[in-house]
Amino acid sequence: MIRKAVRFIDERTGSASFLGKALRYVFPDHWSFLLGEIALYSFVILVITGVFLTLFFEPSLAQTTYHGSYAPLEGQHVSKAYASAVRLSFDVKAGLLMRQTHHWAALVFVAAIVVHLMRVFFTGGFRKPRDLNYYIGLTMLTLALVEGFAGYSLADDLLSGMGLAIAYAVALAIPLVGAPLAFLIWGGQFPGSSDFLSRFYIAHVLILPIAIGVLISVHLLLIALPKHTQFRGAGRTEHNVIGTPMWPGYALRAGGLFLATAGVLFALGGLVQINPIWQTGPFEPWLGTNGVQPDWYMGWLIGALRLMPGFEPHVFGYTIFPNPFFGGILLPSIVFGLLYLWPTIERRKTGDHHAHHLLDRPRDNPWRTATGAAVFSFIALIFLAAASDRIFVSFGIPYTGQVWFFRIAVFVVPVIVYRLTKLICEELRDSDAHPLRGSATREVKRQQGGGFTA
Amino acid sequence: MAAALAGAALAAVAFVVVYIVSADTQLLGLSLGLALGCLAVAAILAGQRLVPQEHVVEERPQFGDVSEQQQLELELVEPASGISRRKMLLGVGSLAGAAVGVAAVVPLASLGPSPGDEIGSSPWRRGLAVVDEQGRQLGPEDVPIGALVTGFPAGADPRELGSPVVLVRLPQNQLQLPTDRADWAPQGIVAYSKICTHAGCAISLYRYPLYRPTSPGPALVCPCHYSTFDPTRAGKRIFGPAGRSLPQLPLAIDQAGKLVAGGPFSGPVGPAWWGVRRT
Repeated sequence: MIRKAVRFIDERTGSASFLGKALRYVFPDHWSFLLGEIALYSFVILVITGVFLTLFFEPSLAQTTYHGSYAPLEGQHVSKAYASAVRLSFDVKAGLLMRQTHHWAALVFVAAIVVHLMRVFFTGGFRKPRDLNYYIGLTMLTLALVEGFAGYSLADDLLSGMGLAIAYAVALAIPLVGAPLAFLIWGGQFPGSSDFLSRFYIAHVLILPIAIGVLISVHLLLIALPKHTQFRGAGRTEHNVIGTPMWPGYALRAGGLFLATAGVLFALGGLVQINPIWQTGPFEPWLGTNGVQPDWYMGWLIGALRLMPGFEPHVFGYTIFPNPFFGGILLPSIVFGLLYLWPTIERRKTGDHHAHHLLDRPRDNPWRTATGAAVFSFIALIFLAAASDRIFVSFGIPYTGQVWFFRIAVFVVPVIVYRLTKLICEELRDSDAHPLRGSATREVKRQQGGGFTA
Repeated sequence: MAAALAGAALAAVAFVVVYIVSADTQLLGLSLGLALGCLAVAAILAGQRLVPQEHVVEERPQFGDVSEQQQLELELVEPASGISRRKMLLGVGSLAGAAVGVAAVVPLASLGPSPGDEIGSSPWRRGLAVVDEQGRQLGPEDVPIGALVTGFPAGADPRELGSPVVLVRLPQNQLQLPTDRADWAPQGIVAYSKICTHAGCAISLYRYPLYRPTSPGPALVCPCHYSTFDPTRAGKRIFGPAGRSLPQLPLAIDQAGKLVAGGPFSGPVGPAWWGVRRT
């Protein structure tokens, strides 16, 4: 049967020799190379569960009366989008499983991308010839954030409405073009025209997934052309790659990782509740509530908006930079700008224009590792500030004190982190110690005549 | 490994049975997760134990052969070498490209109106009755001390950003409104736009001190980013990121003893944009 299939394909495509080589493609073994794979597999689960959801969801802001098995909402006037999202959760068999799995998969997708990005950054995997692929990866991360937010915004529940209100204010805050731009996106002033939701829907189910899908293909191609990077080790040079060939060993293990990712996501989707839109209720512009959180990857932006002091530059009584510009536009522009420019910055600083296929350990480049750690601590603190209502509930610290603490900490802590990381890296590099692997032990023997040999 | 495969089959059958019998979300997730998990274990075990473990060294292709690059360059440039007036053609060509590009983008303007007068505007006018969510007109008795009441302009679209107001009643001696707003607060009831001037969320938290000596004064708080406004001082921001005060709505009491607007808002409503008036 295999022979028949091979012959069928090869006689029509002439690809037997190419496929044979592809099966021998070598994957170097390291756990950190699997993070990107987890992102890829989450994307597959997102597409599968997402297609299921499109069969039941109605992206319309038209008003309707809810009738269904969730009694507290019975007879309420809600949008068709909200009603259909509640209906597919309660009245469609396996609907809630699919919705929750979709949401969990989105969270894991972005998380896996971010951790994968950190791996690439701290090991120098972005250096030539892979800088091009690094830019594509960053672009996918940007698209994934927009895609996730668009999906979160579709259900028209209170949470998504509050998120959209903030997004509208951030769009409005762009200097000069903010108001016309926001009016184009929303079709008018917030909450927007009746077309608004179907626009977000098309972006979420068609435009952005296709863009991400295309970039994934290019990303994989640009990994395969120069072949994988590898850490230094016995026999490993810039000119070879050592590891497990695709077939059969790696394919089985990668397939196992896909199945494991899918299994965990479906188990989460079934067992751990996420975004119970029936509890928050439908959105109206005059409603808001305390103690709600956005999806995790939006947390740093909420925190940034929250920490920014109430400062709005103006001339002759007319505003120039609306306040959300600083946290919502300027900060992410700086962070992503820095990420996009990093390969250039590092080339300028080191003067190293060569291709690199052997990865650094984080300690091998203390300056890069320390800079990355400092920026990470900066963003992590801003992220924590987004949870200040949770911190208040858990520890009873008033929000005013918290906001002041974080406003100072975001500038002090990164400096400390930078110095400390640099110190640790230099120490580890020079001593070549491996503290996380435990202390090295040696066998000590007592001699018959007393005394010890080591 | 056989056990894992059998487990996967069993869990998958359980998923189908649960789907038919009860469609309980927890059991569905558990069975499907188990089925996929067992398969994952089987695949990974097979990859590690069943098939030969190979450790292969592969040569890496080296990019950047200079002679090939020059060949490509030549093939790209050579056909153009015979053309005269190259610069002129290139200039007109870029112009045509740019023009067609603009023409392709222009239809995007259909997406929305220009902001015009709509942005920051409000339906509130002098004499418009203040009603609740059900359309019932509110009177002073509906606004007790220490609570936050939401009001809307009678007959207007409540979803418009310029519509919702928060009403709070304060002891007269605590109010410190500017002199030109002295008559905006009948019986100590003040009204402000409910839409935060920072990021457009609804101001839905009201901090009202129960024990004045140790508590900070009354404040309207936005739950999104904790912009905090002082209702006793004309909605002035006292904490948080908002850049403007809350627009105040002058209130009055009509002949029937109910609440009406005494005029339009004191300033533009909602989050700020480039060029918005600050008061």
